[in-house]
Amino acid sequence: MSATTANQPLEFFVTEDPHAAHGDHGGDHAEHHHETGTMLGFWIYLMSDCLIFGILFATYAVLGGNYAAGPAPVDLFDLDLILISTSMLLFSSITYGFAVLRMDKGDLNGTTIWLIVTGVFGACFLGLEIYEFNHLWHLGATPMASAFLSSFFFLVGTHGLHVASGTLWLIVLLVQLRMHGLTHANKRRVMCLSLFWHFLDLIWIGVFTLVYLTGVLL
Amino acid sequence: MASSSHGHGGATLHTDVHPFWGKLNWDALAFLHDPIILITFIGVVLGGIATLAAMTYYRLWGPLWRGWLTSIDHKKVGIMYMILGLIMLLRGFADALLMRGHQALAAAGYEGYLPPHHYDQIFTAHGVIMIFFVAMPFVTGFMNYVMPLQIGARDVAFPFLNNFSLWLTVSGAVLVMISLFVGEFSTAGWLAYAPFSGLEYSPSVGMDYYLWALNIAGIGTTLSGINLVVTIVKMRAPGMTYMKMPVFTWTTLCTNVLIVATFPVLTATLALLTADRYIGTAFFTNELGGSPMMYVNLIWIWGHPEVYILILPVFGIFSEIVPTFSSKRLFGYTSMVYATCVIMVLSYIVWLHHFFTMGAGANVNAFFGITTMIISIPTGAKIFNWLFTMYKGRIRFETPMLWVMGFMITFVIGGMTGVLLAVPPADYVLHNSLFLIAHFHNVIIGGVVFGIFAGIVFWWPKAFGFSLDPFWGKVSFWCWLIGFYLAFMPLYILGLMGVTRRLSQFEDTFYAVYFIIALVGAVFVAIGIAAFIIQIVVSILRREELRDHTGDAWGTGRTLEWSTSSPPPYYNFAFTPRVHEIDAFTHMKRVGFTRPSEGYMPIHMPRYTATGVIISGLLTVLGFAMIWHMWFIAAMTFIAAVAYGILHTFNYNRDYYVPADEVRETEHKFLSKLAEPAE
Repeated sequence: MSATTANQPLEFFVTEDPHAAHGDHGGDHAEHHHETGTMLGFWIYLMSDCLIFGILFATYAVLGGNYAAGPAPVDLFDLDLILISTSMLLFSSITYGFAVLRMDKGDLNGTTIWLIVTGVFGACFLGLEIYEFNHLWHLGATPMASAFLSSFFFLVGTHGLHVASGTLWLIVLLVQLRMHGLTHANKRRVMCLSLFWHFLDLIWIGVFTLVYLTGVLL
Repeated sequence: MASSSHGHGGATLHTDVHPFWGKLNWDALAFLHDPIILITFIGVVLGGIATLAAMTYYRLWGPLWRGWLTSIDHKKVGIMYMILGLIMLLRGFADALLMRGHQALAAAGYEGYLPPHHYDQIFTAHGVIMIFFVAMPFVTGFMNYVMPLQIGARDVAFPFLNNFSLWLTVSGAVLVMISLFVGEFSTAGWLAYAPFSGLEYSPSVGMDYYLWALNIAGIGTTLSGINLVVTIVKMRAPGMTYMKMPVFTWTTLCTNVLIVATFPVLTATLALLTADRYIGTAFFTNELGGSPMMYVNLIWIWGHPEVYILILPVFGIFSEIVPTFSSKRLFGYTSMVYATCVIMVLSYIVWLHHFFTMGAGANVNAFFGITTMIISIPTGAKIFNWLFTMYKGRIRFETPMLWVMGFMITFVIGGMTGVLLAVPPADYVLHNSLFLIAHFHNVIIGGVVFGIFAGIVFWWPKAFGFSLDPFWGKVSFWCWLIGFYLAFMPLYILGLMGVTRRLSQFEDTFYAVYFIIALVGAVFVAIGIAAFIIQIVVSILRREELRDHTGDAWGTGRTLEWSTSSPPPYYNFAFTPRVHEIDAFTHMKRVGFTRPSEGYMPIHMPRYTATGVIISGLLTVLGFAMIWHMWFIAAMTFIAAVAYGILHTFNYNRDYYVPADEVRETEHKFLSKLAEPAE
């Protein structure tokens, strides 16, 4: 409480009730406090994930030229296919953006529809990636064939695994949205997945440039 | 650790893989042939049965599960980290004693009792356990327990994640402990350099135990790092700006930034090595364009910051203890903060000094040699800050202060041999020798371990409400100090004479006397550890005499954790503190303050959950199944862990309010104790 010996009384404790102004549970001070923490925490998680990709990019940069008498990028990659899958992923980011815009308007159905569209684009991307990997495998270009292919499959495959987890998360989130609507907690989750989804786009642009474009064109 | 009669891991031959049980069969229980491990096993079984029986008899399972294992209270999580560290210290130190005893015999011309294959597992296990499952849990335990109290918070930012991180770490420790009896452990040293750690040279399950244990524990550490960074950034008490944070909180912040920025590198690197072993990729192989040196670079890009992850929080502990027992504010707070940040940044750009002999060339070596030497400048600044804090202070030689002074002398010696090793031409001579071993034990024991003991004695009264017995604390300190010098000074000399590390046999008996002195030192350390445990037992028995009712056990506590009761209530602070100056509690005491005795409000708290224990348990089984190639069990546990995790997200009811009446009752108990006349 207030001190008497100092020149001016100093408050050493927060004595006013932070919950007094809010009746409901969802909008109280502690919850709000926690929410900003969640977004920051998710950002930091993404940065740590970015570092994992950083290591995989570095590994590809160092080992990507070691073909071990096997095939090189120019022999393997079909840029047309990659262009289609790239556009799938980029479109999915735009549609996720639309979902967030609908969410801000409080439109649950709009949000749901745009999230479903996003998930479909993500699934198309994954389908094309599986097709590509399967094709390469049948050509004998397996991860075991050379250090180049090891690092290629791990860089691209780790990204693909992230997209797959993101899609699974999206499905779970859709169920939760239908169950509880656009509550505080659900909005936070939509925003976290949004960050995740755009982050994967960013990584893919690096993959597309470093692996596919420079691999085939240079 | 399997018997040597199995040579390259007879338990793990690839010829006999069961469709369900994988490589696991009765041969895996090779310890039955090895008297050392058999005796250990019998001891563990008897001790285990006794513990389980006692717990059942005293009906402790329920309280243990509800009150501790599922707890997401940062204080209990912190204490559980410390218990893990202490248990694993005993295991890691048993390995050390075995090595010291064996080397003393081997150097004196005897055969010794450890065959080379077993010896290799022991030095690997010793390093892995001491770094990952002793030093890390202790340090994380301190950060968990103390930091939220210092910033006036009620818990960490993500309390469930905190509990989950703990159990992931435990999961890794459990896998390492299982390897003692089922199969064997890695022989590839604590960092598992490729290509030796590849399938061709390390075909046994030992290497896989290493990989899965560290990867599971490493993910836990990353999550804990994210958690604590957010806690410090978002949850400081009103008025506590960054430059008013206690120094321990500062070092915690820098440490966790380092964790978040380096542990993903460990995860990625170990994942690639795992792929080499399980899928047959060519990242770190000699064939097909792989690069073993890539592994060494990657692992040290994580590994060097890791040693700063261990030492920075300990610097923070010393920075809290010195002012408290000198009754003076810390000298050079600002320089301390900047020194910590500079060390944090520099620790990223020195990794190559671990392999100057790789042949990167003179210019590269010169760069990394110079950056390494530069790190000694902020570290030296810290030493001077502590010295100037003590200068003209009213110093009390309590046990924590003894550890601090032992640290300052010992750490400076270790630092100087470090600067010596940072000179590339000198490193070419001393690389891989016992001189290096002596150096890093000098800084890790003299720095991290001394700091951990100092911190335990310092904050014990806060955590449990009674102090630790000073007599046994001092016995422990002196045994450790003397033991350290006896054990490691001979190793410096041996290193200068050219003895390399990781040797289990010696041609020449000339070195015997040095190894025998080192063994005597290890025995002193053993007595030091025993005295530490006796100290805890004696203090628990004498707890009523050692009781502290004030919350400020040393009388000169300076930071907010001393402003609440000891042990703190589960909500930490009935009223969130307001901060006006550095050393907030000193300021409160100086200008005079009264604790409010009315006007309590409901407090918002998180609920306990079993999810962390369950998912970590599943991941332990997953790791074990992967190690033994039990693909079906692995797939099932993986699916179960993911499904349980998803299920957890459907639980929206994760918090509750502590009623104001309950807060009033708890606080009035503390206030009435405070009002009683001091004895």
